[in-house]
Amino acid sequence: MPEAVIWTLLTVAHILAITVVLLLTIAFIIYGDRKIFAGVQARKGPNVVGPFGLLQSFADLGKFLIKELIIPAGADKAVYLLAPIISVTLALGAWAVMPIAPGWSVSNINVGILYLFAVSSLGVYGIIMGGWASNSKYPFLGALRSAAQMVSYEVSIGFVIITVILLAGSMNLNVITEKQAGGFWNWNMFGGGFPHNLPLILIMFPMGVIFFISGLAETNRPPFDLPEAESELVAGYAVEYGSTPYMLFYLAETANIVLMSGLMAVLFLGGWHAPWPEGYLASWPNWLASLHGLVFYALKTFAVFFMNAMVRSIVPRYRYDQLMRLGWKVFLPTSLVAVFVVSGWLIYTRVGA
Amino acid sequence: MALQAIAFYVMAAATVIAGFCVVSARNPVHSVLWLILSFFSAAGLFVLLGAEFLAMLLVVVYVGAVAVLFLFVVMMLDVDFAALRQGFARYMPLGLLVAMFLAAEMVMVSTAVASRGAAKGNDAPMAAAHSGVTNAEAIGRVLYTDYVYFFQAAGLVLLVAMIGAIVLTLRHKPGVRRQIIMNQVLRTPKSGMTLVNPKVGEGIDA
Repeated sequence: MPEAVIWTLLTVAHILAITVVLLLTIAFIIYGDRKIFAGVQARKGPNVVGPFGLLQSFADLGKFLIKELIIPAGADKAVYLLAPIISVTLALGAWAVMPIAPGWSVSNINVGILYLFAVSSLGVYGIIMGGWASNSKYPFLGALRSAAQMVSYEVSIGFVIITVILLAGSMNLNVITEKQAGGFWNWNMFGGGFPHNLPLILIMFPMGVIFFISGLAETNRPPFDLPEAESELVAGYAVEYGSTPYMLFYLAETANIVLMSGLMAVLFLGGWHAPWPEGYLASWPNWLASLHGLVFYALKTFAVFFMNAMVRSIVPRYRYDQLMRLGWKVFLPTSLVAVFVVSGWLIYTRVGA
Repeated sequence: MALQAIAFYVMAAATVIAGFCVVSARNPVHSVLWLILSFFSAAGLFVLLGAEFLAMLLVVVYVGAVAVLFLFVVMMLDVDFAALRQGFARYMPLGLLVAMFLAAEMVMVSTAVASRGAAKGNDAPMAAAHSGVTNAEAIGRVLYTDYVYFFQAAGLVLLVAMIGAIVLTLRHKPGVRRQIIMNQVLRTPKSGMTLVNPKVGEGIDA
């Protein structure tokens, strides 16, 4: 029995450590997002609170927490309050399987990638429930838009993930990362496995791009932020929210964006591996090698996030019918064909071997 | 072991209570939300059984897609509760009869499985779980290798159903102007606008 207790305590400590680091990262990601947005528009961005405005997110947090919580009179109170909680729980819970560094993920499960897919597909509930429970037209329309959008883009994300699973031969995120070791030419983005899989770069590179764009749509990020398009729906599903619940929605959205960036890094950019052969790690102590991995994972995640932020500041918002057309008529057939081609290629090249 | 037992009882209780709330909730949207909770706890039970692949599929397919569409439809519908409740007493006997048969069948199947009467010669899926193969692999082998023709046949049935649904709902309206995306994308300033230099006081004759 004591062993089980110790295990429980250790796991809880592990989860806490990852959550705290994640929340701090999110605080600075929000700051970075605003700075990049401002930089593109030749503004200064947040620069008042703390040195260079670094503490802006914490000031915002304080402001949200001490505001009065207002629940609209016609709202379904329980669902109204449950919605942001569900959003934030799912967004943070997804990080349980994320391979942030060798041996550092909370849970190394066999179907890790499916777990992430499942959790990100549940994210839509927070938004639908919030929009419906607000009992108001704009949030409801925003929720419906969001539901349709997220369900549509999940399909193409699913197919792209299948190509990666085929290449790695496993659904375990740690195995998928391990398969991409030994230099950037082994990353899934570049075919996954240098000389023999190199022709797959023609398929996998576009798949990486599709995953990135679908990730934008899945997280309701500009240019696909139609659920909260302010010129059409005020703030979409979040119109009736304020104070802490609104902050939870915002937190969940940002956590999902970081999650998608991290997932892109793991699935296509080699996860915790450096872009060069890592033979020198063998002589390093274990914790230092893990730290080395964490640094590269974080660098890749931030690189993807930077692209994400640039897209947000540069590309104008899509029209809703164009969004649906892109998802169903362009990405879905493309990724479906890619699944066939990749599996055919793998069978073809393995027959002789 | 104790942790697993606690997890089992919590999730089993959640499944049953949520299932009860699905039928007893007054608001249909709440019913769907309870249904989602019950799906989700059932997925948790699958994980406890060691069938993590099935659990994730349950969440992805039922919770992530089917229930979203349910919720979508139920939210959009304007359900008249009074009319719905009128039929309750009338259909009660029939409903009870069906429920009784279902319960009896479930008890029979469970006892058969528990006493290993019916399933004696058919142990393949359980055996695979113990021989070092992940259960995704085991399911894949059964589905795509052992029973591939049945799987293909099921796929064909689904395809026919899909085509049928499309045929039933497709209406060709004459006189609808359709978007041609290529034309929109290929539009340039040259083809989209003309610059004119009108004389003062004369305007433009288009």
